[in-house]
Amino acid sequence: MKNNNSAKTQSEKKRSLSGILLSSPYLVWSVIFIVAPLFFVVYYAFTDRNGNFTFDNISKLGDYTGIFIHSIWIGLISTVICLVIAYPMAYIMARSGARRQKTLMMLVMLPMWMNLLIRTYSWMTLLQDTGIINNLISAIGLPRIHMIDTSFAVVVGMVYNFFPYMILPIYSVMSKIDNNLVEAAQDLGCNKLNVFRKVLFPLSLPGVVSGITMVFVPSVSTFYIAGKLGGPSNLLIGDVVETQFKASNNYNLGSAISLVLMVLILICMAVMNKFADDDTNMIV
Amino acid sequence: MSNVLLQLKNVSVRFDDDQILKSINLDICDKEFVTLLGPSGCGKTTTLRIIGGFVEPDSGEVLFDGKNLLDVPSHKRAVNTIFQKYALFPHLNVYENVAFGLRVKKTPEDVVKKTVKEMLSMVNLKGFERRNISTLSGGQQQRVAIARALAVNPRVLLLDEPLGALDLKLRKDMQVELKNIQKRMGITFIYVTHDQEEALSMSDTVVVMNQGVIQQVGSPEDIYNEPVNAFVADFIGESNILDGVMLEDYKASFSGHVFDCLDKGFDKNEAVDIVVRPEDVDVVEPEKGMLCGTVSSVTFKGVHFEIIVDINGFKWMIQTTDYSPVGANIGLYIEPDAIHVMKKSEYSGAYGDYSSFSDEIDKLSELNDGES
Ligand SMILES: Nc1ncnc2c1ncn2[C@@H]1O[C@H](COP(=O)(O)OP(=O)(O)OP(=O)(O)O)[C@@H](O)[C@H]1O
Ligand SMILES: [Mg+2]
Repeated sequence: MKNNNSAKTQSEKKRSLSGILLSSPYLVWSVIFIVAPLFFVVYYAFTDRNGNFTFDNISKLGDYTGIFIHSIWIGLISTVICLVIAYPMAYIMARSGARRQKTLMMLVMLPMWMNLLIRTYSWMTLLQDTGIINNLISAIGLPRIHMIDTSFAVVVGMVYNFFPYMILPIYSVMSKIDNNLVEAAQDLGCNKLNVFRKVLFPLSLPGVVSGITMVFVPSVSTFYIAGKLGGPSNLLIGDVVETQFKASNNYNLGSAISLVLMVLILICMAVMNKFADDDTNMIV
Repeated sequence: MSNVLLQLKNVSVRFDDDQILKSINLDICDKEFVTLLGPSGCGKTTTLRIIGGFVEPDSGEVLFDGKNLLDVPSHKRAVNTIFQKYALFPHLNVYENVAFGLRVKKTPEDVVKKTVKEMLSMVNLKGFERRNISTLSGGQQQRVAIARALAVNPRVLLLDEPLGALDLKLRKDMQVELKNIQKRMGITFIYVTHDQEEALSMSDTVVVMNQGVIQQVGSPEDIYNEPVNAFVADFIGESNILDGVMLEDYKASFSGHVFDCLDKGFDKNEAVDIVVRPEDVDVVEPEKGMLCGTVSSVTFKGVHFEIIVDINGFKWMIQTTDYSPVGANIGLYIEPDAIHVMKKSEYSGAYGDYSSFSDEIDKLSELNDGES
C-alpha cells in the first residue's frame, strides 16, 4: 500500500514537472507582458515622483469623475448600438447558405485589415464641416450638419471600429447551434417566434456576453478615437491617461487613473455577467 | 386496430438528382406499432421527416384522420418526433426539457408539474429533475427525449433509430420499456430501425424498404415466413435462396430434387426463387436425406450449431442442435412447410449462397451496426 502511494506521488511529480516545463514559455510570456506591467501600474499609482508611498494620486482622481462617467456612458452607447446592429446581422448570416456566409464574413472583416488610425482619419474627412457627407448634403440643398467634435462622431468612430468584435462572437455561437434543436422546438409546438425566444436566443447569449465584453472594454478605455473625432470637449478617460503619460509626463497620476479604470471595467463586467447568468437561469 | 389514422399516397421525394422515395403508399392504423426497416440510406428518416413536417414531398398526399396533413406546419401537427440524435435543449435542465412543449402551449403550472412528474416516473428518471443534460448518460438522455415528446400527448410518435447509440443490454431493456409505454399510452408509434431483430420483436407491422421503395408490409411473422422477394428474405434473418422451378401446384424443383410444398398459383414450370430458413432443415442420415452434401464448416453458437453444407456446389446454411464434424457426409430433410416459393424479382440472383460467409465478416458487420 505504502509503496503504491509513493510510486504514485513520484509519477505525479514527474508529470507536474514536465507540465511546468511545457508551459514555461507561456509563463515567461505572461510574466513579462501581463504581470510586470500590472505591477508597475500599481507601483506608480501608489508612489510619488520620488518613489515614496502616497495616496495623493488616488485622491486627485475626484477631478476626473465627469470624464469617467462620460467615458462609461459613451462606451455603453457604442456597445448597445453595436449589439443592436450585430445581432440581427449575425442571425441572418448564420442562417444563410455557406457561400453567402463567407461573403458576408469577408465584408465584416474588411475594415479590420486597415489600421485603426487610418480608419479614424477617414471618418474625420467624412464627418468634417466641409467633409464628404456635408458636401453631399449641401449639394442637394440641405443645411450642413455639424458632426465633427461631437459625442455623435465619437460614437460613430467607436461603433465602426469595434463592430467586428461584436458580430464575430455572436455569429460563431449562432452558427454552431444544431439545427436539430430548431426542429425539435418546432416539433414541440414552437412557431418561428417561439423557436427564437425559447431556443435560439438563450443559446446565443454566451456570444452576446463576449461580444459586449469585447466592445465595451475597448470603447471605454481607448484613446485616439475620441481625441480625433470628439475634439477637446469630448476627451475620454483613455485620452487623459495618454496625456498624463506623454504630455505631462506624470506616470503616477496616469497609472492611478488606469488602475481605477481597470477596476471600474471589472465591476461593470462582473455585473453584466451576473445579469447574463440570471437571465439564462430565469429562462431555464 | 382497423381505423386508418395516417395515409401516405404516392409520396415521392427527390433531393438534387436523386430519387429518394419512389411513390410510397402506406396506411398506418391508430394505436399501431409500425416499424420502417431497411438498409442505411433507403429513405427511412426521409419518410419520418415527411410525416413530422420537416420535408415536403415533391408529389403525393399525406392524410391524417382523412385530412390533408401537408398544409399543416410542423408545430401544429399532432405528431412528435424522437430525433436520431435526441436533440435535447442544452440550456435547459431535465425538468424544463420535458416541460418545454407544455410551456409553449401555456399550460397552467400545476398541470405542467404533474405531467412532468408522471412522464419522468414513466421513463424511470425520478429525481433527475434538476440535472443538467450534459451530465446524463446516453440511455438517460434517450429517456428524457421520450418523456419530452410524450408530455405533449401526441397521437403519433415518430422514433428515428432511438436505440441506435445504446449498448446491447440497455437496448433490449429499452425495447421492452418502449413497447410497454406504447401500449399504456395507446398511441401510434412509427419506429425506424435497421436492426431486423428489433423490428420483428417490437412491431405490429413491419415495413421493409430498399432504395426508396417499399418492398413488403406485413406482420413480423408474415415478413419472416412469407417474404415477397429475395431482398426481404435476405434482409430478414438468415436464408438459403435458391433458383427453382414450380412444376405444378404444391410441387417445386430445386437443387436437383422435387419437393412437396404448400405454395400454389404459379404458372406451370414457372421459374421462381425458393427460400429455406436454416433452422427449418433437418439433418438426417445421408441415405434418408432428400439432399446430400459435405459439411464444410461448423460453428458453435450456444443454442445451436451453424453448419455450412456443400450441396452440388451451393453452400447451404443450416442451424441444428446435432453436431456434425467438418468433412462428414450428411443428408438434409426439408418439410413441405419449410419451403417458401417467391416470384422472380429484380433481386433474384443478387444474393448468393454462403460460400463467402465467415463468422468474422458477421462479427464485423455487427460491430459496425453497433457503432452507427
Ligand atoms: N437534405 C438532403 N439533401 C440531399 N440528400 C439527402 C438529404 N437528406 C437525405 N438525403 C439522401 O437521401 C437518402 C435517404 O436518406 P435517409 O436519411 O432517409 O436514409 P435512412 O434510411 O434514414 O438511413 P440511415 O439508416 O443511415 O439513417 C440518402 O441517400 C441521403 O444521402
Ligand atoms: Mg436515418
